Amino acid sequence: MAKFKLTKIFFLISIVFFPYSTHSAEQTDPIKINWSFKGLTGKFDRASLQRGFQVYKEVCASCHSMEYLTYRNLGEPGGPEFSEMEVKAIAASFEVIDGPDSQGEMFTRPGKPSDKFVSPHPNKEAAAAANGGAYPPDMSVLVKARKGGANYIYSVLVGYEDPPPGVTLDQGVYYNKYMIGNKIKMPNNLIEGLVDYADGTESTVDQMAKDVTTFLAWAAEPELEERHKTGVKVIIYLVLLTFLVYLSMKKIWSRIDTKV
Amino acid sequence: MSEQEYIPKSKAGKWLNDRLPILTLGAHLTDYPTPKNLNYWWTFGGILTFCLITQIVTGIVLAMHYVAHADLAFGSVEHIMRNVNYGWLIRYIHSNGASMFFLAVYIHILRSLFYGSYKSPREVIWIIGLMIYLLMMAAAFLGYVLPWGQMSFWGATVITNLFSAIPLVGESITTWLWGAYSVDNPTLNRFFSLHYLIPFLILGLVILHIWALHVPGNNNPVGIDIKKPSKDTVPFHPYITIKDAFALLVFMIIFAGFVFFTPNVLGHSDNYIPANPLVTPAHIVPEWYLLPFYAILRSVPDKLGGVILMFGSIFILFVLPWLDTSKVRSAVFRPIYRQFYWIFVFDVLMLGYMGAMPAEGIYLVLARVGTIYYFLHFLVVLPVVGYLEKTDPVPMSISDPVLTGGAEPSLAKKDNGKI
Repeated sequence: MAKFKLTKIFFLISIVFFPYSTHSAEQTDPIKINWSFKGLTGKFDRASLQRGFQVYKEVCASCHSMEYLTYRNLGEPGGPEFSEMEVKAIAASFEVIDGPDSQGEMFTRPGKPSDKFVSPHPNKEAAAAANGGAYPPDMSVLVKARKGGANYIYSVLVGYEDPPPGVTLDQGVYYNKYMIGNKIKMPNNLIEGLVDYADGTESTVDQMAKDVTTFLAWAAEPELEERHKTGVKVIIYLVLLTFLVYLSMKKIWSRIDTKV
Repeated sequence: MSEQEYIPKSKAGKWLNDRLPILTLGAHLTDYPTPKNLNYWWTFGGILTFCLITQIVTGIVLAMHYVAHADLAFGSVEHIMRNVNYGWLIRYIHSNGASMFFLAVYIHILRSLFYGSYKSPREVIWIIGLMIYLLMMAAAFLGYVLPWGQMSFWGATVITNLFSAIPLVGESITTWLWGAYSVDNPTLNRFFSLHYLIPFLILGLVILHIWALHVPGNNNPVGIDIKKPSKDTVPFHPYITIKDAFALLVFMIIFAGFVFFTPNVLGHSDNYIPANPLVTPAHIVPEWYLLPFYAILRSVPDKLGGVILMFGSIFILFVLPWLDTSKVRSAVFRPIYRQFYWIFVFDVLMLGYMGAMPAEGIYLVLARVGTIYYFLHFLVVLPVVGYLEKTDPVPMSISDPVLTGGAEPSLAKKDNGKI
């Protein structure tokens, strides 16, 4: 019996501690930010989303596409929640290629809320060619596509440093503390005061990085707020139902001499 | 089987039942005498049925919106997530549902191993169960390929390449599986077709699994044969149905926790990068439920050897009823086996961890030790322990703790307390 318990204890200890032991990593662990959208009832900071969109539009969008987003998404609940007029104005500020028309010609027209985000390049190859051979990844689901998620994206944005002695960088390659392998082809684009925030917020590098990361987190999971809200309701419902079924079970099993 | 012939009360019922005895089947399922001492480890059969139905229903809806084409699949999944009403919910239930399905099936299998449910006269139930498990792994693998992300593509590449290890015809088989000279659009198309087919095969096998179960009836924590119906049994309804419902609801709370609050924690972030045949991910890892087998595969330096051991690690389970020589079913009365049981569980978990780590250094060494022990457990430990072990006295029935020969009442009491 004693032996049996020992095996069991050993077993439990192992499963608790094993996964946390030795982990080799080259890059620095991302900075942990207490995002408003974390946790069971997490929500996006509306103002931050709107500022983040501004950073995306003025800085990121010149290289990065967001092909799965639609302008109407910007006005939908749980997102930046721009007003209908604002969404129309944002969409109209982009030239969209449409067609073919009745003559078989493609033509450009101002964007509508139902249009997808206009990509800066016609295709991946063109995007890569314009960026020194490195394709700037589509940012629609970027936060979900990177280990560490929002923390990682934020960390990379603020992680540019001069390379340590002994590290030589090729032309068009930059040193970044948090990037896997520490080398990144994207230059440090966030410069203090680069964006003139509409709401008057001071545009420090840290502020812009946080705002645009929040925006990207929403872009990757536009359903997040609804998911959290529904989840809380579902769990409460299930817990109550479980309790009722538990009582019924106890009642039914009380008819016989066996415990349940 | 019910003692008395079931006779429907209504005339219409009698008319139907004479032509198709479906009401007799219903009555049998309702009255089915079940051991009254089943613990909560026995509720996973019902939970697994729920998982299968959930996967089929959500899967059918997803298939209405998904596009099985290499250029469009990734985008169609994002379309489901963003534009289909509650598409995110349906997809997250389906993707997390696969993990929950495997969680439940592993508990179900471990319960069988602990209480000796695979032993005579239940070998066929066990074998059908293993066939279901094999099909589940196939369905899960095929399904993981469908979003056509980086892990989808490279996982498919690694697994289909395994067949190239077969001597002489390996390369041809791999090309035949792909429908092309690499994993490509034809591969995705056929994977979608098969992914849609397999759940219905599983459903058919589940019916056989339950049919085979209803011949000898349930095993139980004491592992003894019981008279049915008797004071050791309760009718399936309402006793077992309400208990299964309670356990299922607890399971659903955990399920909902994953779906609503950490829907991507069990997946790999690389699968949100569209498939790119020119960029290989740093570490190609399967989903968590296949990791122990992946570790076994990689622990062998020879490709063909690895494939043989990996498939062997599953097929050895098919002969388990004949490898275990002990006449006593339940580990409750098998003090030695019980310890080896936990060592085996630990070994499989360790293999799973090694499968997630790069195959080098200490990880590779431990994966090899784990692999060797995995086979030793079945080929040496089980047959030998069965012969040498002095089992504890087994009670005659569930209700009366009367013991068979050589009784030590104090010991029996202690063990009964544990049941």
